[in-house]
Amino acid sequence: MNVWQFMLQNRSEIVELVLEHLWLVGASTFLALLMGIPLGILITRWPRLNKPVLGSANIIQTIPSLALFGFLLPAPWIGARADRLAILALMLYAFLPLIRNTYAGIRGVDPAVVEAGRGMGLTDGQLLFHVELPLALGVIIAGVRVATVISVGLATIAAAIGAGGLGEYIFRGVAMVNNAVILAGAIPAAAMALLADVGLGWLEKRLSPH
Amino acid sequence: MDNASEDRPAIEFRNVSYFLGNGSALLHNLNLEVRRGETLVLLGKSGSGKTTTLKLINRLLTPSAGEVWVDGRSGSQWEVIGLRRRIGYVIQETGLFPHFTVEQNISLIPKIEKWPAVKIQARVRELMQLVALEPELAKRYPRELSGGQRQRVGVARALAADPPFLLMDEPFGALDPLTRSELQREFLALQKRLRKTVVFVTHDVREALLFGTRIALMEAGRLVTIQDKHGFLNSREPLIVAYREAFDTGSSLERCP
Repeated sequence: MNVWQFMLQNRSEIVELVLEHLWLVGASTFLALLMGIPLGILITRWPRLNKPVLGSANIIQTIPSLALFGFLLPAPWIGARADRLAILALMLYAFLPLIRNTYAGIRGVDPAVVEAGRGMGLTDGQLLFHVELPLALGVIIAGVRVATVISVGLATIAAAIGAGGLGEYIFRGVAMVNNAVILAGAIPAAAMALLADVGLGWLEKRLSPH
Repeated sequence: MDNASEDRPAIEFRNVSYFLGNGSALLHNLNLEVRRGETLVLLGKSGSGKTTTLKLINRLLTPSAGEVWVDGRSGSQWEVIGLRRRIGYVIQETGLFPHFTVEQNISLIPKIEKWPAVKIQARVRELMQLVALEPELAKRYPRELSGGQRQRVGVARALAADPPFLLMDEPFGALDPLTRSELQREFLALQKRLRKTVVFVTHDVREALLFGTRIALMEAGRLVTIQDKHGFLNSREPLIVAYREAFDTGSSLERCP
């Protein structure tokens, strides 16, 4: 049986796995945005926090994903359900590109523009919302794009701890030594990553000020 | 403004020094008065402390020692945002907001100060006319303008909320010679009408003599001398003589065929 036949036969299960996968990626990216962008802004205001924050995000990124899922297992409430655990881990991985790009985007704003803004009497908040964030938006969206694409790939590993998603097929296929089953998980995951990349790439271009 | 403050200097530096974090001084014990309605030119080489002096007025920098008084209040008595809103600021790189149109650039402060929309529109039209920008340019973005047009927008933006003070840091320095002299002439006419208190930074003697009610010559973080035009042209101060000679050489060269 080839991969297309397999996918056709199991289409309702595939839809379910795709939805699970979307849930893992969507929820984790959303939470990462909620915390990562403010953190990125924060370290432009308090440069002393720059090294500890970016350093921690960097270290998290170096932890092998399977190990991170394992480390989080004993955590209360989170460890009780596999999908919560996977969302937490994916969120942690998404931090680095989000914090780094928010920081880089704001720091990348032309210093003359910032100086003119301060000089004319904008408060720090006004400078941030009227000038810095709009001008950094393209770079920030680029970070969201990287985070999302990485997350789609990493979420396949969440199946190892029973969080579901398209990784189910990949692990099952590996166990069965059946390429068709592996591909039935890998192809939709790859398609999802591509779609996210193209869609967010389009958004990035539209929201860049130049 | 109350009448009492009319008598005091508009801006006053009292024993102001500015040091960098590593202890090196950019400005030594500066004492300087700017009179109401005059254009004081800070003339000097790069690194002489003129831009530092300018930024101490609108508190982009805070003095390490001494106090800068503006409108009869010391720097620490001012709420910094309120102070800056009373001081227009024009810089060489213009610092226009690239994501805003000309209109939006000029009207940002009035908008933030919640002027009624009708008044903002009228003000933008008035200012664009004042700095000789065609009304069609209102919807353009800075990148769609020439260097001269951008600097005009910079001046209009600085004047938007009608501040009594204007700080200008080599505003025409990056322009080609023709555009520069055109803008210089226009600004001179504008200043005759508006009578703002202007502090103007330049390294160009010609520009200093063109605009300056008085010229403050700076060197290595110190004020060397402060002279009106006549005094500057007749001074025996060696540094002024050196500047004059450079200027004379320049202009006589230009007279050559």
